Amino acid sequence: MSFLDHIWLIPLLPAAGALIQLLFGRKLKNSAVSLISVGLPGLAFVWAVGCFVQLLGQPQHTFSTVIYTWLPAGPFHLSNGALGNLSVDVGFLLDPLSVVMLLVVTGVGFLIHVYSIGYMGHEGGYYRFFGYMNLFMFSMLVLVLANNYLMMFVGWEGVGLCSYLLIGFYFQRKSAADAGKKAFVVNRIGDAGFLLGVMLMTVTFGTLNFHEITEAARSGHFEVGSGVITAVCILLFVGATGKSAQIPLYVWLPDAMEGPTPVSALIHAATMVTAGVYMVARSNALYVLAPAALTLVAVIGAATAIWAASIGLVQNDIKRVLAYSTVSQLGYMFLACGVGAFAAGIFHLMTHAFFKALLFLASGSVIHAMSGEQDMRKMGDLRGKIPTTFYTMFIAALAISGVPPLAGFFSKDEILWNAFAGPYAQKALWAIGLLTAGMTAFYMFRLIFMTFWAPSRVAHEVEHHIHESPRSMLGPLVVLAGLSVVGGWIGIGGAESPFASFLEPVFKNPAAFPAVEASSGLEYGLMALSVLVALAGIGIAILYFVKRPVTTERLATPPSAAETVLLNKYYVDEIYDALFVNRTKNLGNACAAFDLGVVDGGVNATGWFTRMSGELSRLWDLWVIDGLVNVGAFAVKLLSYPARILQTGLVQSYALFIVLGVLIFMAYYLAHFGF
Amino acid sequence: MIPVHWYLFLGTGLFTVGVIGVLTRRNVIVILMSIELILNAVNINLVAFSQYFHSVDGQVFAIFVITDAAAEAAVGLGLLIALFRNKETVNADEIDILKW
Repeated sequence: MSFLDHIWLIPLLPAAGALIQLLFGRKLKNSAVSLISVGLPGLAFVWAVGCFVQLLGQPQHTFSTVIYTWLPAGPFHLSNGALGNLSVDVGFLLDPLSVVMLLVVTGVGFLIHVYSIGYMGHEGGYYRFFGYMNLFMFSMLVLVLANNYLMMFVGWEGVGLCSYLLIGFYFQRKSAADAGKKAFVVNRIGDAGFLLGVMLMTVTFGTLNFHEITEAARSGHFEVGSGVITAVCILLFVGATGKSAQIPLYVWLPDAMEGPTPVSALIHAATMVTAGVYMVARSNALYVLAPAALTLVAVIGAATAIWAASIGLVQNDIKRVLAYSTVSQLGYMFLACGVGAFAAGIFHLMTHAFFKALLFLASGSVIHAMSGEQDMRKMGDLRGKIPTTFYTMFIAALAISGVPPLAGFFSKDEILWNAFAGPYAQKALWAIGLLTAGMTAFYMFRLIFMTFWAPSRVAHEVEHHIHESPRSMLGPLVVLAGLSVVGGWIGIGGAESPFASFLEPVFKNPAAFPAVEASSGLEYGLMALSVLVALAGIGIAILYFVKRPVTTERLATPPSAAETVLLNKYYVDEIYDALFVNRTKNLGNACAAFDLGVVDGGVNATGWFTRMSGELSRLWDLWVIDGLVNVGAFAVKLLSYPARILQTGLVQSYALFIVLGVLIFMAYYLAHFGF
Repeated sequence: MIPVHWYLFLGTGLFTVGVIGVLTRRNVIVILMSIELILNAVNINLVAFSQYFHSVDGQVFAIFVITDAAAEAAVGLGLLIALFRNKETVNADEIDILKW
């Protein structure tokens, strides 16, 4: 049996689950819902592993298949005047890049589905939750397995829809509904950019197939710095900033934490938000032709990394800290892509999926234990009460902080090394990245210390409810903790590592700047430096939150000016409201007023005129037309009066007239002719 | 031999009585009777001229008229009863439904 020949089953399995849940889920028992909706993604994962194993036996580790032609189009003129013939297939491309994404999405996705059984067990709309989750899995798998940009866009929009549905899962709560709307609208802005990029590619290349575009870009027809390629890359990156929450479109992601925690873990940390990184990496052949766009990606990535990390320093909601951390880590991935280290970006994407999913799931476990409390100021001293959650979360925090030998250390170090000494290195961006690494370590351990270390600030009624989560939740935590430890080892050795050499065929571009020779001494020095920075961040956190216990009195002191600005997230939401949201609302109100006054007014005026002319017509009819008819009738009545009085209806009077008539005739004849 | 104009005077007188009866009497039965008078005045004329011209045609006509008068009386009295059932009167001046 060949797994690859039936690769279409991978997205279709969760799609079947979604269909069953959304059509019949209401009638199913919770246990049946769990079996179907967790089993099918599990099966998809098994299938994905089978595909991976078989892919290793394929030439160049690439397999592509076309199911059918989706949009067969007629010929049209390309921008260079040549005749193009666009034809879009529904087809799957499995190469080293997409197989990494495939394994991350199905693997982490399956674990989070398992976790959801325990976490969502007591919630209403159980079937609805799993239906949306399975639908998300389907869309995400279409996104990563697509062999062309248009099919990728279908998945791209699908995950956006599921994100909206799941953020607004608790739709009775206004804040959740608003957050869903915000995510959807902000993503639309990015998607417009993506779509424009796809259109520009259509008229430039005449195809949307990944393989064909990569071939065209590597063929040397386009010179480095070509204007149209730069435009395509920037438009695609606009799409990525929306989906992957980069400046200036990152504002939706922290609000997305209104959704259930497994959703935050799956969609808003591990998979969907990395779609932008995947898309940029997928377009690497185009990006190396546009160094300006690459620089933009790197600068935006680095800026987002430090911007979001600084906000994360002071947040008190456990999930919001993680949300800003996600934005910041996504910035890291874009920084990696921007300095031409696509493999490092994808590597960080993978390790981040492990430890960030783990952090979210563990925070979900904490929230579960705390009866729904998310404010870290009301936690503390949970270490001994929920030990499994604590240990797994501690491992994840070490991993994200970049402590060797955990996963995050290798991927982050690889990015920093490329930012410092890679072919597209930008030393300033390296410095920002290093600083961000320190801040990351600080806020992660602030979170750990405030949550798990003494003193306890837990409310009395919550205190005796604290309990460790069920096994279905702890199992995924333990598996992800294991992956957070060992997941980075396949990337040891930088560009020569198994991971990087596996991905190399996808990222080998003749137009890319050649790698710079650098001494291994420098590399080890930088490695030591980044570890030191991470440890310094942890140390400062210990000084602030362990040496000086976080008591309720200390939390009561008013925040400093800088803290206030950070707590309010640099007032970006307020600025956006003033600049864009309210302007749009004003425009809408003006349109409404125009509609009410001018459009409706015109309609009403027409109606009034019609009514008035109808009234005139009625009066004319009543007085003039009817009047004429009545006058005629009256005249006839008047003239006929003498005739009328002769008609008595009495037989005898008629007989009298007859006799009189006869007598008159007789008199006439007698008078004329005599006897 | 009685001259023919005597018969004609008798017929004229009888006819006049009949016409005046039709025009002046209120009771429909009497009017019908007056019509019979008119018919008989005609019969006298027919018979008188038949005698005068030595032709039997006039007498044959008279027989027809008598037959006709009998049929007319039957139909007329039938109509009268139908009318009476509807209007409960046999007075001609109360029956004015021939008006518009």
